[in-house]
This record gives sequence, structure tokens and C-alpha cells, in this order.
Amino acid sequence: MAAVTTSAERSLNKLAIVGVLIVTIIFLAPIYWIASTAFKPRNLATTIPPTVVFQPEISPFVKLFTKRSQLRTAPTPEQYAAAPWWERLVFDGGEKVVRSGRGEVQWSGYPSRFMNSLIVAITSTILAVGMGTFTAYGFSRFKIKGEQDLLFFILSTRMLPPVVVAIPMFLMYRVVGLNDTHWGLIILYTAFNLSFSVWLMKGFMDEIPKEYEEAALVDGYTRMEAFFKIVLPEAATGIAATAVFCFITAWNEYAFALIMTNRRAQTAPPFIPSQVGSGLPDWTVIAAGTFLFLLPVAIFTFLLRNHLLRGMSFGAIRK
Amino acid sequence: MATAVMTTLDPKSRSAARGMSDLTIRNLFIIPTIVFLIVFNIFPLLYSLGYSFTDFRASSPAAANFVGLQNYRELLNDPFIWSNFAITAKYVIVSVVGQVIVGFGVALLLNRDIPLKGLLTTLLLLPMMLSMAVVGLFWKLLYDPSFGIINYTLGLGSFEWLSNPDMALYAVAITDIWMWSPFVMLLSLAGLSAVPKHLYEAAAIDRAGSFYTFFRITLPLVAPILMIAIIFRTMEAFKTFDLAYILTSQPTTEVISIRLYKMAFQEWQTGRSCALAYIVLIMILAITNIYVKYLNKVKER
Repeated sequence: MAAVTTSAERSLNKLAIVGVLIVTIIFLAPIYWIASTAFKPRNLATTIPPTVVFQPEISPFVKLFTKRSQLRTAPTPEQYAAAPWWERLVFDGGEKVVRSGRGEVQWSGYPSRFMNSLIVAITSTILAVGMGTFTAYGFSRFKIKGEQDLLFFILSTRMLPPVVVAIPMFLMYRVVGLNDTHWGLIILYTAFNLSFSVWLMKGFMDEIPKEYEEAALVDGYTRMEAFFKIVLPEAATGIAATAVFCFITAWNEYAFALIMTNRRAQTAPPFIPSQVGSGLPDWTVIAAGTFLFLLPVAIFTFLLRNHLLRGMSFGAIRK
Repeated sequence: MATAVMTTLDPKSRSAARGMSDLTIRNLFIIPTIVFLIVFNIFPLLYSLGYSFTDFRASSPAAANFVGLQNYRELLNDPFIWSNFAITAKYVIVSVVGQVIVGFGVALLLNRDIPLKGLLTTLLLLPMMLSMAVVGLFWKLLYDPSFGIINYTLGLGSFEWLSNPDMALYAVAITDIWMWSPFVMLLSLAGLSAVPKHLYEAAAIDRAGSFYTFFRITLPLVAPILMIAIIFRTMEAFKTFDLAYILTSQPTTEVISIRLYKMAFQEWQTGRSCALAYIVLIMILAITNIYVKYLNKVKER
């Protein structure tokens, strides 16, 4: 802004600070509401006026992980006393934990969906970033005929709407038996993220001075050795940032997962909405599931903050 | 492009004496990716191009019959499909305009001396990093007419958002604006911080008004990067599926991706949906082409 700081300028600045604070509060309110609902007792989740101050409890998370059924009759005092602390929380909510014939606690569908999300997101990230790093190096260092066209081709594969790609993939997966499998989703997410990872990594590779490798080549390194010993360590930050972006994309993806999986390999994004049935949903349990699911991404966002600009603009714009 | 870092390909270069030649390495590094993308992106599209000329239904064992251009002809003459496109267009306009106003506005506020600017910016970016489907679902509770916090905060009584056919599309767009304004803000901030300070100083010396400074200095210099944000968001909003699908089932929010999904996976009109997918695909590729041309232009600066 102007070099001369006038009093008008100063009060304008104060206004801007107030404005930014208001906007931040509005933008974070829905996220705060998810986090706070995840720790509410069920009867406080849908009150008028909304409950802001309350005694936080852990029962939504217990309910999230266990299979429950409505209590017909209240548990006897002995039953209640014999139950572990977390089961009492379920009793208090008017429900009981479902047990198998041998008395084992039955898990809800959530933990397995969460695991599926982890398996699919991590594996596809490793594949996409691995291949993307090599390809980006190739594009960055060597002359390639029709380079611009190839890069456009790579980018355009990412721009396709998921539903458009999903129709033929669904038909093909049906033939080879990849529907509702981890590998089916992993392949799709790898293809989806590969284009992104090539574009992003190419930006990072372009920034590594080629003199580094040339010096190594003069010293008798082969090109491969120079790549692994000189270029990769230099690119480590870029690789890490790209990996986190790919992970977040795969972790959050919904449309492919909805179409390609239904039980065994289902990830959390299609599972969580499917829990909102036709009746009155228990929003505390949904909030708990949402909260756990969003947590890794929220942490990654803070770790990534210096790379967000580049990652969101396909590496086209640098800070 | 960064031509400075290009190495000339010489199979007899020094490093080729030991180990693999640069040519081999180049092919080894690039070809697998290209092949992978062709097999899993282009081949499926060719596969569905074939089906788009048939009356194939994936739900029935009957073999596909070749019907020529009938699917395309029927789709292009179907007023319902055009109303899906009209809904999509309305959605794109409302949500992208909203994102640009909010995102660019917040960027202008943030582009000053503000304490904790880094932390505030990161917090503001949080919505766009989260899963659309999962967070979108929770907006159902926020929009709830009887106990949602939106109606309570705004004092709207029991105003219907999602179950109101006239309001549902705007409700979805508002959620989309909440999620993606940060994206426009992020790119705008990058553009704003690249405006040379001396231009503002010169304007101040000339006693130029802030109105003049904004329209003659700030806006023209930020325009290219803002344009990238707009084209990118237009493309994404055109493809939108998750939010609208999860938040409502109103016919007034049936954007083209949802129509396509229903046609393919609920009505099982596989051949017809492949044809519709191709119509959508061609539109997307046209926007993508504009986007990439613009990206390269801005990169060259």
C-alpha cells in the first residue's frame, strides 16, 4: 500500500482487520459446528436455540464404532454395573451394544470404511507420485517432440468428469472383476492423480538447476546415479507436497467410490452419507464420523500451507 | 516454458559411455505414464464411444444392437436434457460469480498489514481442502428449517432451503461458494502480492483516488490470474456432482452430472448414457482447452 501512512489509511486498515475476522468466523462456523456436535449428547444436537455451551462427552464416538440397537427395556442395575464404561454411555442414550452369540461386541461399518480409505489413498498416492516424479524429470530435462501436446493430454485426463469416466470403467471392471475391490479404486485414483503429480513435479524439477547434475555427470556419475543421488534429494520437499495433495484428493473422492464400490472396498465418503436414513438421523454420530474423517486433512492443510498456492493451480503459479 | 533447463539429447553423450543412454532414460521415465493414462483414460473412452451407438443396457443380458446416431439425435432433441444443462448453467453462474465476489473481496482485505495474516489465510483455506461429500452432508443439518443454525442466526424462522424447489439450487451454490471462495482468494492474493509497490507509490504521489488506483492499477494486473481462477472454477462447477447429489433430490437441482449418473446407474440406459457422456466430454474439453491456453500465456509472463 501507499508509503505514506495517513490516519485515513490506518483506520481503513482497522476496518480490514475487523472484516477479515468476521469472514474467518463465518467460514469456520460450519467446521466448528461439526467438531462441537461430535462431542454433544444426542438430545443437545438439535435444539432451538442451538446449544453452544455443554458438557462434552465421548459417547458419539463409542456409538460410531459399535453396532447398536434400540433398548426395549431398561438394563437391570446388575447389567448396568457389569458393563464397561463405554457401554454404559450407550445404555444412557437408550440403546444397547449388539453382541454376537459368544458375547463379542459387533463393530459398526465405520472402522472398515476408514481402513479402506487409508489403503486406497496411501497406495494410489505412492503410485501416482512415484510415476509422476520420473515423468516430470523426463519432461523437465529432455527435449520431447510435441511436449506441449503431451502435457495437455496428461492434464486433460484429469479434467474429465468422474461420472463420464466411471461408466466405461464400471463396464470394464465388471468384465475383469475389479468392481468393489481396493485395486479397482487404486487404479482409478492413480490415473486421476498421475496427471496432477506430473504437472506439479515438473514445476519443482524445473527449479532444480541442471548444473547440479551436469557437475555430477562430469564427475563420472551416470544419468541414473545423478537422478537418484542429486535430483531426488533436491526434490524431496516437492515430492512430499505433491504426495500430500494426491493423498487429500484420493481421500476426499466421492463419485468414483460411490459407483465402483458398495461394501467390501467402500471408502468413507460414500459410506458416511449412506448412514443418514429416512428417519431422524443421529447427527452426533454423523458428526463424530465426519470429524475423524476430516482430521487428517485439516492437519495436512497446516503442514502444506506454504505449498497450497502451487498445488491448487497445477503448479502454474508460484509463490 | 523453461527452455533454459533443457538438455540436448545426445545418445553419445558422456554419461552414455556408462549406464543407460539419455534416450533410454527419457523413454523409461515417460512412456509408462503415457501408457498408463492411455489404458485407463483413453481406452475406456473409446470403449464407451462404441457403446454410445448402441441400445446396450448393462442390467439386461440382451446383446447390444447398433442403432447409429439415434442416441445422440434423441438426446439433443430431448427438452429435459436441455433443462438439465440450463440448471447446470445457472448453477455455474451463481456459484462462480459468488466465489469471485467473496474470494476477491477477502483477498483485498487480506492484502494489507494484518496481524496473524498467515494463520488467518490458512484457516480460511480449510473449507476447500475438505471432502465435498462429507462436509456437504453436514450442511443438511445447518440448513435444517427447524433446528439449523443458519435459520437461527439469520432469524429466518423455519425457512425451507433444501426442500424448497426454488431455493435448493441456491442453497447448494451457497455451500459451494463457502467451499471454493478460498480458492479464488488464494489465487487473487498471489496476483495482488505481485503488483509492484512502486505503482501504488506513484499513484499516491499523483494523488490518484483509491477508486482510480483500483480500476487502473490493481484490477488490470490481477486480471490474468483471476481469469485462471474463473475458468478453473467454471470447469469444476460444470462437472459438479457430489454436493448437489448429497444435499437435495429436487428436480430443480438435477445438474447434468446427476442426470448422467441416474441414466447410467439407476435407469441402466448404458448406451444412451455413453452418448450423453460424450456430449458432456466435448463441452469439458472445449473449456479445458481455453484453460490450458490461458495457463501457458500467464506462465510465459
